[in-house]
Amino acid sequence: MGVEGIGARVARKEDKRFITGRGRYVDDVKIVGLTHAHFIRSPHAHAKVKGIDASAAKDMPGVVDVLTAQQLVDDKIGNLICGWAVSSKDGSPMKMGAWPAMAPDTVRFVGQAVAVVIAETKNQAKDAAEAVVVEYEELPAVSSMTAALASGAPQLHPEAPGNVVYDWSIGDEKLTKDAFSKAANIVSLDLTNNRLVPNAMEPRAAVAEYDEAEEHFTLHTTSQNPHVARLVLSAFYNVAQEHKLRVIAPDVGGGFGSKIFIYPEEMVALWASKKVRRPVKWTGDRTEAFLTDAHGRDHISHAEMAFDTNNKILGLRVKTHANFGAYMSLFSSSVPTYLYATLLSGQYNIPTIYAEVMGVYTNTTPVDAYRGAGRPEASYLVERLMETSARQLKVDPAELRRINFVTQFPHQTPVIMAYDIGDFGASLDAALKAIDYAGFPARKAKAKAAGKLRGLGFSCYIEACGIAPSKAVGSLGAGVGLWESAEVRVNPVGTIEVLTGSHSHGQGHETTFAQLVAGRLGISVDQVQIVHGDTDKVQFGMGTYGSRSAAVGMSAIFKAMEKVEAKAKKIAAHLLEASEGDIVIENGEFKVTGTDKAIALPMVALAAYTAHNLPDGMEPGLKEGAFYDPTNFTFPAGAYICEVEIDPGTGKVDIVDFVAVDDFGRLINPMIVEGQVHGGLAQGIGQALLEGAVYDDNGQPVTASFMDYAMPRADDVPSFRVSHTTTLCPGNPLGVKGCGEAGAIGSSPAVINAITDALGHNRIEMPATPGRVWEALQLQQAAE
Amino acid sequence: MYETTYHRPASIDEAAALFAKHPEAKYLAGGHTLIPVMKQRLAAPSDVIDLAKIKEMIGIEATSDALIIKAATTYYDITQSAAAKKAIPAIVYLTSVLGDPAVRYRGTIGGSIANNDPAADYPAAVLALGATIKTNTREIKGDDFFQGLFSTALEDNEIITSVSFPIPAKAGYAKMRHPASRFALTGVFVAQTKSGEVRVAATGASQNGVMRVPAIEAALKANWSAGALDGVKISADGLMSDIHGSAEYRANLIKVMAQRAVEAAG
Repeated sequence: MGVEGIGARVARKEDKRFITGRGRYVDDVKIVGLTHAHFIRSPHAHAKVKGIDASAAKDMPGVVDVLTAQQLVDDKIGNLICGWAVSSKDGSPMKMGAWPAMAPDTVRFVGQAVAVVIAETKNQAKDAAEAVVVEYEELPAVSSMTAALASGAPQLHPEAPGNVVYDWSIGDEKLTKDAFSKAANIVSLDLTNNRLVPNAMEPRAAVAEYDEAEEHFTLHTTSQNPHVARLVLSAFYNVAQEHKLRVIAPDVGGGFGSKIFIYPEEMVALWASKKVRRPVKWTGDRTEAFLTDAHGRDHISHAEMAFDTNNKILGLRVKTHANFGAYMSLFSSSVPTYLYATLLSGQYNIPTIYAEVMGVYTNTTPVDAYRGAGRPEASYLVERLMETSARQLKVDPAELRRINFVTQFPHQTPVIMAYDIGDFGASLDAALKAIDYAGFPARKAKAKAAGKLRGLGFSCYIEACGIAPSKAVGSLGAGVGLWESAEVRVNPVGTIEVLTGSHSHGQGHETTFAQLVAGRLGISVDQVQIVHGDTDKVQFGMGTYGSRSAAVGMSAIFKAMEKVEAKAKKIAAHLLEASEGDIVIENGEFKVTGTDKAIALPMVALAAYTAHNLPDGMEPGLKEGAFYDPTNFTFPAGAYICEVEIDPGTGKVDIVDFVAVDDFGRLINPMIVEGQVHGGLAQGIGQALLEGAVYDDNGQPVTASFMDYAMPRADDVPSFRVSHTTTLCPGNPLGVKGCGEAGAIGSSPAVINAITDALGHNRIEMPATPGRVWEALQLQQAAE
Repeated sequence: MYETTYHRPASIDEAAALFAKHPEAKYLAGGHTLIPVMKQRLAAPSDVIDLAKIKEMIGIEATSDALIIKAATTYYDITQSAAAKKAIPAIVYLTSVLGDPAVRYRGTIGGSIANNDPAADYPAAVLALGATIKTNTREIKGDDFFQGLFSTALEDNEIITSVSFPIPAKAGYAKMRHPASRFALTGVFVAQTKSGEVRVAATGASQNGVMRVPAIEAALKANWSAGALDGVKISADGLMSDIHGSAEYRANLIKVMAQRAVEAAG
């Protein structure tokens, strides 16, 4: 039975329904009397809404109603919130413009909704939407941060003069300046972290139902955190009371962060269901996903690193501009600050760091957390800088990293984070061996003979997962705690349900969480059912993002299991007439150690529920809950090496080898971990080579479909070589660190470093498309 | 999608008669362009007349002089055709790198040529091989067929029934795929006819759709080898420039793809 516990490659329980088409997604929800919503969206990046005439549309076949932004205002529906308060250097609070779910007077990005048609069918709603006349007065738009910060630039929000949300800093400016003044060498780098569109396979969707008699709402929605959605919808948006709102996030087809946030469409669907007294469904199409799902990344940075004569880092100075788009999305403020700048120490001993981050409004889709959320931007900056430094200082890039690695733990960085454990040298050694680093010059020469340019790039990333100690994030401005909850219910027949506040939307929780329980009791994973995603079933929980569900969610289950086992042992001891301290749990039985006396779990469970023969004073039942609040972040880290070949005729980059060595602490299910790494690597490689959301100067999206926005396909990525080194995380009972984002965090810099190695210069930005690489090759030839 | 009426005629004549009856109709072949555009409500044909199931429009035959591919033959069937492989392997190769498997099972050669997307692959083959387009009313020379972006010599009601490719002495195709769409960022088809004429056509590069490339034709006429193109300069004037490639990059690709196509042709 041990084979199904922690560390076993158990096939994913949930895959039977997914691969046979039996998953149940929001759009699969059918309710009698269902109506369909279609949003009317701004074609302009910036415009005043002068008027909306829906009179003709309201008379069209099948139309139930046309609801406009003004009605939201009249109903006192709250504006969207940003749940993390970040202050500027001067202590002033961030400057937030109001974001109504539909825009009553001004639209600020292409795709922002101004009205919604509710009709009997989706097609009738679309027909009627064409008959709604919206009069706009176009305003000048700013689509880039440079344009937004220029003097005399069009202003998005009166609350944010100069289009600046905040001008934030972390670290010690003076100490850092002093360190630079003593430097033997200073290496500097300008870089852009390209804007990405999350593109979860399932678009966002909502089915909202209002029960008039009970004054009760039910919302099925594509959420990574249904309880947070319920809290925000009730406490801030004033749509429904928390105890009168059930939020269900059923099977969800991918999130990557984009389904953390509570968006206008879901909120409007809920409000509309009461307004029209009919259930309302909205399912976004791919175009709406491109236009309205929160985008990711979009930084422009200047970074400088100071070294002493021994190539030891003396300090790091960073100035970053972060594009927030037109509005502050739910956790946007924290992404380029506390989730980014706190990781700028990388895997290295850096005595002092000073980082400034300016948040900027532009007339583009809002930007928020996307797989890695701030940490990919940090690792991209640090690792590009390390590679650049190695070349400038003429040191082997592996060696430069090694001489600066943190080797003593715990390690307090100058930017809040305290690394608990790690062995960065071990991961790098394993990666060097796997890639055959010594053989690279010969491979490069061979490629050259064949007319190809070969390059090798490193990335020694670190990230912070297990988000997060509630008190710590509270002190930094977070509006919520980031603990997790669990309840373990042993049924009278000995089967088990685990109710978790985590939410699985591709991560395989139904398998891994069951492995924890099964392993502890010595039973089959089939005896364990994981329940999640329904606020009526599950106690309040915080959801899944930031690679937190193993480190935080499973730790809560662990705590609840300890309580269940303690009670079960008492019952078993009583029934076996043994001492509680002598009871051990093996193969689904409670045994008296050193004897052949035993009682099976179902008999203990039955005894708990019949309550005929329990120890004096014991309550019946076998069900325990726990909340787990982590004491620290966890710090997954690893070494990635990418080897590329460039075709100089076309500029096409082929990844000929990719080695990933990760330290995730204890692995619950190595097969699922490898899958997570593969997916993350593909997304990071997508960012490096293919993906990039582009707007023209008027704020019109240029890449709003898969015809122009290049997602990685199977033949764009190599066969990854994935392995692990292990230091167990001391901060949680399972020793786990988290693996969901690492691939996306660590891979982009490895790819670009390999390309710059092959090019022989640094002038290339992501995505390194064939066209851009070819242009970079011409630059080099012109220089020669 | 707006409401439309779908027809599945059994013959070319029946299809043409249906079209005559419904002036707002559109012919449907593989549907890779028309259906997405209809879904986006950017096209609203009253009637859709499906040509893909007309038996007399499906099939491949080769004579000693020509490879004749009927218009509703799918890409997949072309990639599997022994006759096509033997007659003009470059056409089979071109088809094998067109789109992805799902596209190849559904798309048809007639639909691609009639649509004349400026980055489609087949127009390059038609132009370089000097193919003849046969319709339900006439024959049109490949040289006269393509008339700029999404524009052809076809009348509204006219149906391509087959394409006849003269069998060349040598032919090759090379394509740089568009990273997102997998259309040709630039594709070049090179051919040497049995009479020694050299014809080269590039797709995906020009602002006006598929085009001949005289500079490359001249160089290859003098010396049929990839090396003969080393010194050739292709002007970037009139070439497309977008986020996936500048006009200069596409000019470079015309030369590089031509060289690779020559190498493939042997």
